[in-house]
Amino acid sequence: MKSLELWSAIALIVLASSGGDVLLSAAMKRIGDLSDLRLRNGLSAVIARVFSEKLFLLAICCFCIAFFSLLTALSWGDASLVAPASASMTFVVSAGMAKVFLKEDVDRRRWAAALLVCVGVALLK
Amino acid sequence: MNYKKYLVLFAVTCFGSTGDALLKRGMNDFGPVDLHHVWQVVAALGNPWVLAGILCLIAFFTAYLNALSWADLSYVLPATALGYVMVTLLGRYFLHENVSPMRWLGVLLISCGVGWVTRGPALTVPQSRKSPIARPEEQHEIA
Repeated sequence: MKSLELWSAIALIVLASSGGDVLLSAAMKRIGDLSDLRLRNGLSAVIARVFSEKLFLLAICCFCIAFFSLLTALSWGDASLVAPASASMTFVVSAGMAKVFLKEDVDRRRWAAALLVCVGVALLK
Repeated sequence: MNYKKYLVLFAVTCFGSTGDALLKRGMNDFGPVDLHHVWQVVAALGNPWVLAGILCLIAFFTAYLNALSWADLSYVLPATALGYVMVTLLGRYFLHENVSPMRWLGVLLISCGVGWVTRGPALTVPQSRKSPIARPEEQHEIA
């Protein structure tokens, strides 16, 4: 399988995963600490609250796209290349999205870590 | 951060990497997916290795949801980066893949970079809620 097709599949995994991560993080921040919620209202209330959150359902759609892209990429390339490459690039893209969309304080420490990850990914090729 | 929260991060790491390795084992049985018949990938869901991988990824997702409920996304992702090392080890010893020295170096760099982040706070004050006159040392850890 050509390298271009493999890396296109990895790019799709990264975009879908990052979008899902941001949506999921926003949903969980709206819901609050799950452990506290479970102690107060029980497990069934936690499940009901999570599945009634629209952002959570949108995140699931993104993860479904990412999952089938992952299966396709795994059928074309090594797991030790596909999994770290897609997951680490997802980290970098998600950090950027977290700063822009979630207004997280992505400080110099987190950006420096992102740079190291990018160099690491380049070595995976 | 108490030990239960570290346990949650550990579960995210373990279940994620094991799930990826099991999916790869299943897709090895299935063979390459043809671009013109990409929907045949759905048939792979009947493979026991793929199913075991999906169970692991469900456990991963549950732990991941819990972590995101009390920490920043830009903290959780790097904090669970040990998974990159685990999936490479599983690829080498469980799936018998050829992992070149450069790929090992890449994994090491990724781990160093993302491991660095865990020394910072898990949850930060959103930038929009910060006081414009707040000093950097006032940006303390919440979680």
